[in-house]
Amino acid sequence: MPETTSHKREIVLKGVPASPGIAIGKAYFYAKYIPRVEERSLKDGEVDREIERLANAIAKADKELSKILSFARQKLGDAKAKIFEAQVMILHDPYLNDAFVQRIRSEKKNAEYIVHSEFDKYRRLMLTAPDDYMHERAHDVDDLKNRIVRNLQEEKLISRLEGAAIIVSTALTPADTMILSRNETLGYATDTGGITSHASLLSRSLKLPAVVALNAATDHVETGDTVILDGYAGILIVNPTHKRVKEYETKRETFHRFEAKLAKLRDLPAATLDGHTVELSANVEFEEELEYVQLQGAKGIGLYRTESMLIAGEEFPSEEEQYKNYKKILDRAYPHAVIMRTFDIGGDKIEPENIKEDNPFLGWRGIRISLDRPEIFLTQLRALLRASTRKNLAVMFPMVTDVSEVRRAKEFVKRAKEELRTRKARFDNSLRLGVMIEVPAAAYMAAEIAREVDFLSVGTNDLIQYTLAVDRCNNIVSRLYREFHPAILRTLAQIVAAAHNEKKWVGMCGEMAGDPLATILLLGMGFDELSVIPAFLPEIKKIVRSVKLADARRVAEEAMKFSTTEEVEAYVTEAIRTMCPDIPLPSNSV
Amino acid sequence: MVEREVVIKNRAGLHTRPAALLVKVAARYKSEFIIVKDGMEINGKSIIGVMTLAAEQGSRLTLRFDGDDEEEAARTVMDLFERGFDEA
Repeated sequence: MPETTSHKREIVLKGVPASPGIAIGKAYFYAKYIPRVEERSLKDGEVDREIERLANAIAKADKELSKILSFARQKLGDAKAKIFEAQVMILHDPYLNDAFVQRIRSEKKNAEYIVHSEFDKYRRLMLTAPDDYMHERAHDVDDLKNRIVRNLQEEKLISRLEGAAIIVSTALTPADTMILSRNETLGYATDTGGITSHASLLSRSLKLPAVVALNAATDHVETGDTVILDGYAGILIVNPTHKRVKEYETKRETFHRFEAKLAKLRDLPAATLDGHTVELSANVEFEEELEYVQLQGAKGIGLYRTESMLIAGEEFPSEEEQYKNYKKILDRAYPHAVIMRTFDIGGDKIEPENIKEDNPFLGWRGIRISLDRPEIFLTQLRALLRASTRKNLAVMFPMVTDVSEVRRAKEFVKRAKEELRTRKARFDNSLRLGVMIEVPAAAYMAAEIAREVDFLSVGTNDLIQYTLAVDRCNNIVSRLYREFHPAILRTLAQIVAAAHNEKKWVGMCGEMAGDPLATILLLGMGFDELSVIPAFLPEIKKIVRSVKLADARRVAEEAMKFSTTEEVEAYVTEAIRTMCPDIPLPSNSV
Repeated sequence: MVEREVVIKNRAGLHTRPAALLVKVAARYKSEFIIVKDGMEINGKSIIGVMTLAAEQGSRLTLRFDGDDEEEAARTVMDLFERGFDEA
C-alpha cells in the first residue's frame, strides 16, 4: 500500500550484534571516496606549479596517515598498528616520489594522472601474484593512491561529521572505525563484517553499539535518515515510527539504568543466592582489551586467542615475540588465571599457507595444523611455557576430534619442556592442559579426553555449527543456527557429566556463555566457568546473583525434556522473566 | 659493476618487514642497486618496487650494484640475504 504521508516507511533490518548498546539518531552514510582521474596536458610554465601541488598533496596524505597510525597505536597497540605501516613506508619511498616528479616533467601531464598511472603499474603487478598477501598490498597501494589523488583534488578526508551520527557503511576498516570515532559517533552499522572482526572489537572497546552483517543496510539508508541501532538484538530500524522511537527511548533508559546498576556489581562475587560460585571470566583477543576486562569485573581470562598475534600473510612470530606477548598478558592478569588457546587457524580464520580448501571448516585447522607443523607448534609451546613462571597460565588445544591428538599434543609439550631444560630456561612444570570441545566427536569422547588433561572448555560456536550442520555465515541457513536446539542441550549436559565424572573442571567459552537467556540453564547444568565477551560480563553476573543453584538445576532438568527449539526457548525465556524480572531482555521479536 | 646471484632463504620472503630492512640497508650506499627477478628489474632502494617483486622463499634473484662503493654494498646486502633477514 503506498504511503500517503510524507513519512518514509519504517524498515527493520536484522544483522548480527557486534557491540551492545542502543543508539537513536541521524544516520550518516559513509562512502569511500573513489576519485575520478582525468588525463590533462600541462601548458608551458605549469610544470613547476604542478610539482608543488603534488608535494602539497603528498604532505597532506602523510599527515592523515600519521594521524591514523598514531591513533591506531594508541587504540590497538604497536603490534596491531603494523597493518597501517606499509602505506606509510610507500608514501615515503624517495624513488617513487622521484618517479612522479620526473614523469610530470617529461610527459607534461597533470599530477593526478601521473600518480594514478605510476601506482597502477605496481598495483597490477601485485595483483598478478598468486598470494593473498600481495593482493592485500595491492589494496594498500590503491588506498594510498586514492588518498593522494583526493588531496590533489582538494577534497577533504571526510572524518569530521556535523553533530552526532550513527555511521552506516558497506564495510568499515579499522582505520575508518578509528578516524570516525573521533566524532560524536553514536554507533556503527555495516552491510558486511563479523563479530570478531577488528572493527567490531574496536567498537566494543570504544563502548559504542555496533551491528554488522546487515546485508543491504546501505541500500535503505541515506544521510540524515532517523535510525535506531540496537546493538543487543542486532537490529537497525530505518525511519522508525514515533511509537517505535518512544519505545526505544524507554528501552535505552532501562538499559542505561540497568548498566549503572551493573557497574556496582563489579567487585561482588558471581555467586548464586544459595552460595554457589561460578567462575566468570572474559574472552580476550587483544592485550589492549585487558583494562576493559578488569573494569567489567572479570576474575580471569577464559579464552585468549593466540592467533590474534598473526597477521594475514606475514610470517609466524618468533618464540621471543610470542613470549613477550604472552608474558605481558599473564602479568597484567596476575593473580588471576588465563587460559590461552594454541593457534586456531584455518576455517574462516587466517589461512596459514595459501592453501585453498573446498570446505575449510572441515579441513586443515586448529590442532591439525599444529600437529602437522612441529616447528610452529614447538615454538609456540616453548614461548607459552617460558611465560608460565607465575603459574597463572593454562593452555588448551582447539579443534580436537580424537584422543590420540591429545596424546600427541602432550608429547609435544613434553618435548618443549625438555628443550627448555637443556637451555636452562624456567617454566611452570605443572602447567595445566585442557582441550576445547567444539566438535561432536570430542563431545562423545569427552570422558576419555578429560582423562588425558586437566580441564575441558566448550566452544559453542563451532560445536553448534558442526552438530546442526549449519554454516552461520551462510545467510540462507543461518537462522537454523540455534543454541537452544534440544540436541545441543543434550550434548552440553553430556560433556559436563563426563568431565565431572572424571573430577575435571569444565568451562564454556563460546558465545552461548554470554547469552543472558542461557545463563540459568548453564548454571543448572553445572558448568564451573563461563567465559564471555567483556561487555556482557556484568549482566551475566547479575543473573547468577539473582538465582538459587537448586532452581537453576530444576530449570536445566525441565529444559532437557522438550523436543523442539521453540519450546526450549519459550521455557528459558519464561524462567528468566520470573527469576530475574529486572533483567531487560533484548527483544528479538521486532 | 658487481653482480650477485641469491636465493631467498627466509620463510616470509621479501614481505613488508624484510623489504623495509633491505631498502634501509641499501640506502646507506651511494651505488645504484638493481634487483632482477624473472626478467623484471626494479630499483632495490625503492620499497614499493621491492614489495612488488613478491619474492617468495626459494626465489632466485640477481642483484646488481653500480657505483664507487659497489663491493661494500654487495657484501652487506648479500650478508643480509644469507642471514635470512635475521628472521628468528
